[in-house]
Amino acid sequence: MVKINGTEADVAGITVHDYLVSANYNLQRVAVEINGDIVPKSDYSARAFGDGDSVEIVGFVGGG
Amino acid sequence: MRADQIERYARNIALAELGESGQEKLLSARVLVIGAGALGGASLAYLSAAGAGVIGVADFDKVELSNLQRQIIHGVDVLGEYKTVSAASFIRRLNPGVEVHIHTEKVTADNILPLIADYDFVLDCTDRFGVKLLINDACVIAGKPFSHAGVLRFGGQAMTYVPGRGACLRCLLGGVPADGDGKTAVSAGVLGAVAGMLGTVQATEAVKYITGAGKLLTGRILSINALDWKVCVTDIPSPDPDCAVCGAHPTITSLKENEGEYFPR
Repeated sequence: MVKINGTEADVAGITVHDYLVSANYNLQRVAVEINGDIVPKSDYSARAFGDGDSVEIVGFVGGG
Repeated sequence: MRADQIERYARNIALAELGESGQEKLLSARVLVIGAGALGGASLAYLSAAGAGVIGVADFDKVELSNLQRQIIHGVDVLGEYKTVSAASFIRRLNPGVEVHIHTEKVTADNILPLIADYDFVLDCTDRFGVKLLINDACVIAGKPFSHAGVLRFGGQAMTYVPGRGACLRCLLGGVPADGDGKTAVSAGVLGAVAGMLGTVQATEAVKYITGAGKLLTGRILSINALDWKVCVTDIPSPDPDCAVCGAHPTITSLKENEGEYFPR
């Protein structure tokens, strides 16, 4: 299991990219942190969630 | 402090975290607000009420009727006027003790470094990711603390950058979104009261930074979704070591050379 924003999810082995797409996040306007480390955008397709990972996903908006 | 200042700022001074010394710090602080719209209007109102000594206002836009649903410092009497001029008159009416400097120009890769050099703290109240990243990169390069915020529809986010004390905006976003700004307030809408919340968060961060009170939003992000009240603060324990501007080996060292990212054609 993977903890995403505090909620357990059965997504171990799924890449950051595929998870974000399936959860309807805009990949351009999001920051992803796995176990406290920021995941660079260039790693989204290669990096998969591991069992026990703690993930934080934060969305950004640009209005002012 | 003069007797009238002690009276005016009595509720600030009553805050143990501020006191008279905190108010003195505010009175001698120089704060720059970039963007005098919804975020900027709320920030400017509370910063001037709090007694910030010098407030800079940078904006190149004029007041339009469709702004007034959320940009509360402007009114129908200043339609067509520059927002900087309108903001200055609002501030003077609220607190004539504040010295207002207006910068009625577009913030660019050429002028931002000399602009921010005159101030202790910067508030990014702009409405484009490109300019937000320009402000971020300029503040990182200049070693200048700043407050970031963005707002759209019923929500938004805010974070504070202080050199050496956590991630910058580029650590998190990577860069300006490749598809530009996507949905903006024009097409997606924005609730004025929610923009006001984020703007007052920024003013709060500025006051806290200046006075040393409390714990800033450095190394963490405040996210607000007012539609169903999901409010959270996400810790960002460390910056991205490979960040293009604040990392160990930055590739962005000249704003001018990176201008195409801030202002895509």
